[in-house]
This record gives sequence, structure tokens and C-alpha cells, in this order.
Amino acid sequence: MAQMTMIQAITDAMRTELKNDENVLVFGEDVGQNGGVFRATEGLQKEFGEDRVFDTPLAESGIGGMSIGLALQGFRPVPEIQFFGFVFETMDAISGQMARYRYRSGGTRTMPITVRSPFGGGVHTPELHADSLEGLMAQQPGLKVVIPSNPYDAKGLLIQSIRDNDPVIFLEHMKLYRSFREEVPEEEYAIELGKAEVKREGKDVTLVAYGAMVHTALKAADELEENGVSAEVIDLRTVAPVDYETILESVKKTNRAVVLQEAQKQAGIAAAVVSEIQEKAILHLEAPVLRVAAPDTVYPFSQAETVWLPNHNDVVEKVNKVMNF
Amino acid sequence: MFQILNEKGEIVNEDAMPELSDDDLKEIMRRMVYTRILDQRSIALNRQGRLGFYAPTAGQEASQLGSHYALEKEDFILPGYRDVPQLIWHGLPLYQAFLFSRGHFHGNQMPEGVNAVSPQIIIGAQITQAAGVGIGMKKRGKDAIAITYTGDGGASQGDFYEGINFAGAFNAQAVFVVQNNRYAISVPVEKQSAAQTIAQKAVAAGIEGIQVDGMDVLAVYAATKDARERAINGEGPTLIETLTYRYGPHTMAGDDPTRYRTEETDNEWEAKDPIVRFRTFLETKGLWSEEEENEVIEQAKEDVKAAIKKADEQPKQKVTELMDIMYEELPASLKEQREEYEAKESK
Repeated sequence: MAQMTMIQAITDAMRTELKNDENVLVFGEDVGQNGGVFRATEGLQKEFGEDRVFDTPLAESGIGGMSIGLALQGFRPVPEIQFFGFVFETMDAISGQMARYRYRSGGTRTMPITVRSPFGGGVHTPELHADSLEGLMAQQPGLKVVIPSNPYDAKGLLIQSIRDNDPVIFLEHMKLYRSFREEVPEEEYAIELGKAEVKREGKDVTLVAYGAMVHTALKAADELEENGVSAEVIDLRTVAPVDYETILESVKKTNRAVVLQEAQKQAGIAAAVVSEIQEKAILHLEAPVLRVAAPDTVYPFSQAETVWLPNHNDVVEKVNKVMNF
Repeated sequence: MFQILNEKGEIVNEDAMPELSDDDLKEIMRRMVYTRILDQRSIALNRQGRLGFYAPTAGQEASQLGSHYALEKEDFILPGYRDVPQLIWHGLPLYQAFLFSRGHFHGNQMPEGVNAVSPQIIIGAQITQAAGVGIGMKKRGKDAIAITYTGDGGASQGDFYEGINFAGAFNAQAVFVVQNNRYAISVPVEKQSAAQTIAQKAVAAGIEGIQVDGMDVLAVYAATKDARERAINGEGPTLIETLTYRYGPHTMAGDDPTRYRTEETDNEWEAKDPIVRFRTFLETKGLWSEEEENEVIEQAKEDVKAAIKKADEQPKQKVTELMDIMYEELPASLKEQREEYEAKESK
């Protein structure tokens, strides 16, 4: 075991898979010699050579198309999109192409591609760096979307994503990269995609969260505990497909739920979670399922992040509403 | 413009004449005639409602088949939506090409060993993917290339530039063919760009570019063969612009070329017909006869009839089948939907 930040765990996962499978290729803008703008690929080119870990021209669509071409030659590409706000440049390659290839070829061509990309607010980045665009990806049949909230999950989920034979969008919250360390096994392990984890057991209300909002939920749960409200916190880990089984089991126990996301209310995936709960567990509900989400504006100018991003107070407020409905 | 055979079927560039046996020359002619008939039959079948989406190919036989004839089986084709003939000659059974037209997933299931993907509808997407395939081939140490096709309009896309630029930067084993038929639906090539040629766009990527008479099958063959050899020898990718023309409409979905093309232009290009000039060339060499041509025509017609029958016999698609080709393993939500549809389908 070693103490690792999330970024170190991510590097470790890529190192593990580069070692395990010679078809794994890591590439993107500045991921080679530079080791990535966040050091996610630090040391990998030196260890595995330029043939396996390399820089590309500055063109996201080209990176996406190249990943598809390499997959058609039997490689297992792990491309990086420097910031997920730049995904619009490569939406066709991701949603229009790789997500559909298995289907469009009737199963004769597959795309074992893992697109890694940082996102998320709270670190005062310039425009279009922090936007939460997982909702766009989650709406595309053929994709899986993974968002880890801690170093342990990040390593296990990334290893599994790289091994998956269908395209996976692996989104890394920038605020979580180095915000804390935890014990991460040095040996390889994989965490199944599409499985949520109950981070904290509770009996009065279910908080469904992912990414940085998992920590917001846990903080709110501590505060709620002091006021006698026991919150169960679920970390989705994969936002497409969502592990509804774990959510429904929890809601049937607590009879109340609040869904948290950092994305704007009209974006993200919270609406889908609410919808599934009302379809499958409406008779178990004591109150409507509420959402904690950002306002429906463009992502804020960096100085406005603190007033715009949803925080634990917003969660406590929504939980109180649900409890007193 | 690189040309070997002029409109009268005379060799005008003896030095560039590719090494092709008499049998090769005859086979190229067979394929061009066959493909012309295939186009005529496809248009008729489309009008009868027995085919769906169809983009006519008449006029582009030299461009499509001359370039394809320079390939080997190991080469990987990333076609545009008009490039079904190349797939057929690379090994896609005709009935599957018809199923592609109708919209049936089996049409896109390339048989094992046919190195290609189905026709790309998003103009430009095939270019960046071809760069990736060509980079992959270099990494694998294969003696093979990726070849991709787009039209004159496609050369205005961002993915066109990104694709040829990536291929250049990585020295990919790739050949990019732009079939310049002068019109992107109704928009003439002059409205796509102020560039005098499309071939010169290769300069922006730092790769070789060549403009070829796309109605001259020998020139197209020679240019592609040369580009292929250079790519495999590590000398980099090539952009080939073929100057060609489509005699028919853009697609069979209601396009009417008389709205934007004049009869004079049509006539001018019909005088350049790749089949007519190659026929003259072969006849002069005593390698082609009317009898042989009629044999090919009859064969093509018979094959089309058999293929459309086989396409008719293909079982109808079920939703559960569409679900099964989404992922290696179905996610829970899709499993749930699959059960619903399985119940519906068993009624």
C-alpha cells in the first residue's frame, strides 16, 4: 500500500495497463515528454518509449479520429483531451463515431478506447476548462461515463475502463487531483463499471452524488447528523450506465432522496436519476426527490465560482426541505 | 494535371505508363463496365423502391476503380458514402452493399479479412480515422496502407485538414483521395475555396499532393500505386486529387442536377467518359471486343438480380438484435429494455 493522490493513482493505473498490454497507447497534447499538464502521464514516456506514449498535434478532433483508426488496427488507445470543455471539437469522433462503431458494423469492429479528461470547478481556471459536460456524454448510446471521487476508485476504475472493449469517457475532477491522499494498493485491481458505492450508511435520506459532490455530500451528512438527520451517501462512480439498483435499494429504506451534481440543473444526469426513482419507487417516497445543481447559466467567470458552485449548505437546505415536506 | 491516356484513348505520357499485363488491363475494363451497369441498375432499383439510400457513381469509375486496383488485400479502405464500388471490389458481397443501401445492419458486417469499414456519412470523419489506421499500420510494421476517399466539398472540412496533417506529422502509411467531381450537391467547387487546386492543400500538411485526370484510369492507377509504395517505404502520405464528374444526381433522395448544372457542362464531361476512352485504348491494342463487353454487362445484370434476391431473403431486423450489437456486455438498463422487446417480439 502507498499513500497516493488521485493523480498519482491515475498515473499508476496507466502504468499498470501499459505494462500488462502492449496494445495500450497513451497520447494527447503534452502527455509525452512533458508528462501532461497535470503530471498525469509523468514518467510514462521514459518508461515505455515514444512508440507507446506520445504527443499529438493540437487538434482534438484529430486525436479522436486517430484513436478510432488505431482501434481499427487492434490497439487499445487511451487518448487525453486536455480539458473537457474542449470536447466540442471532438464530439463527432466520440458521439458520432466511436460510440456507434460496434453497432454500425454489426459487431465486426470494436472501439476499446478510454478518453481521459479533466474537468470540474473550484480551482479558478480560465474559460471552458471546468464545465461539467458529462450529461452530453451520458445521453449517447454506446458510451460509458466514469467519474471517480477518490484515489482508490480512480485507479481501479481506470484499469477497468482501459480493459473494457467499448468506449469509456473517464472524467477526472481537477479539484480532486491533489486535494487529499489515501491508501492505494500498489498491485493491480479493477473496479467494475456501472457499480455505485454506499460511502456512508444512513436511514433518513439518500444523497446520490458523483465527482467532487461526493465530498460535499459527506460534509453535509456530518452536519445533518449533528441535527439528528441520518443521511446515506451514494457515490455513483459511473454516471452512464447508472447503478439504479443501489439507489433504489437505498431509497426504499430511507424513503427520501436528494440528487447532487455540480453541473447546471438542465445538464448533468440528476434528472435521469430522479425519473428512475419515481418510475420504480414512487410508493416508497415520503417527499419529492429534489436536486442540488448549479444555476442554468454558462459556467461562471472564475471569481464567481464560490457563489455559483453548489456547496454543502445547499445540500443541507434541500435535505431539510425533503425532511419537512 | 497528371494524365496518361487522353480523351481519344491515346497514350500521351509513355514514361509514366504503369506496368500492367494485358490481363490486368482487361480486368480493369471489366470492373469499370460492371460498375457502370451496377450504377444503372441501382438507380432503377432505387426508383422501384427496392433500394434505399444511393449515391450515383457513373463517371467516377476511373477514379474509384483505378485507385482501388492499385491496392492489395491487406490495405484498409475508409470509404465515403459514394464509395461503395471500392468496397465491392475489395470483397464486400453485392447483396450486403444493397443491404447497406436499404438500412440493414448485416450490410455493414464486413466479412472476415475484408479490410474496410462501411461508408462514412459524416464528411471528413473518414480522413482522421484513416490517419489513425495508417499510423497503426506503421506501428505494426505492416506492408499495407490506409486509403480514404472524400469529395471536393469534403476538402473544406476541419477533419480533412486535421487528418492529412496528423498523417504527415506521424508519417502515416496513408493515401487520401479527393474525388473532385466539381459539385458538392449544388455548390460548385469554386465556392468551396479560392485555392486553384485541391491537391495543393497537401502543402498545408507538408505532404505530397498530386492532381490527376480522374477520367483516366491509367493515371489514377499509377498515382495511387506510386503513393502506396512511398507510404510503405516510409516516405509519407499523399493527397491525390482526381478531376472527375458524376453524370447522375448527388443522391437519389430528390436531387435534380438540372437546377445547378448546364447541359453544356454535362456534355463536355460526357466526352471525357473514362470507359469510352479506355475502351478505345484497349480496342487499338486488340484487347477488347463488343462481345466481351456484352458478357460483362450480362454478368453484372445477373449478379445484381441474384444479390437483390438474397437481400430480400435477409431476415427483418429486430430491436433485440440492435441492442445486442451495442456493447460487449449489455448494461442493466438495456437488459431491462431487451426483456420488454423480447416479449413483444415473441408475440
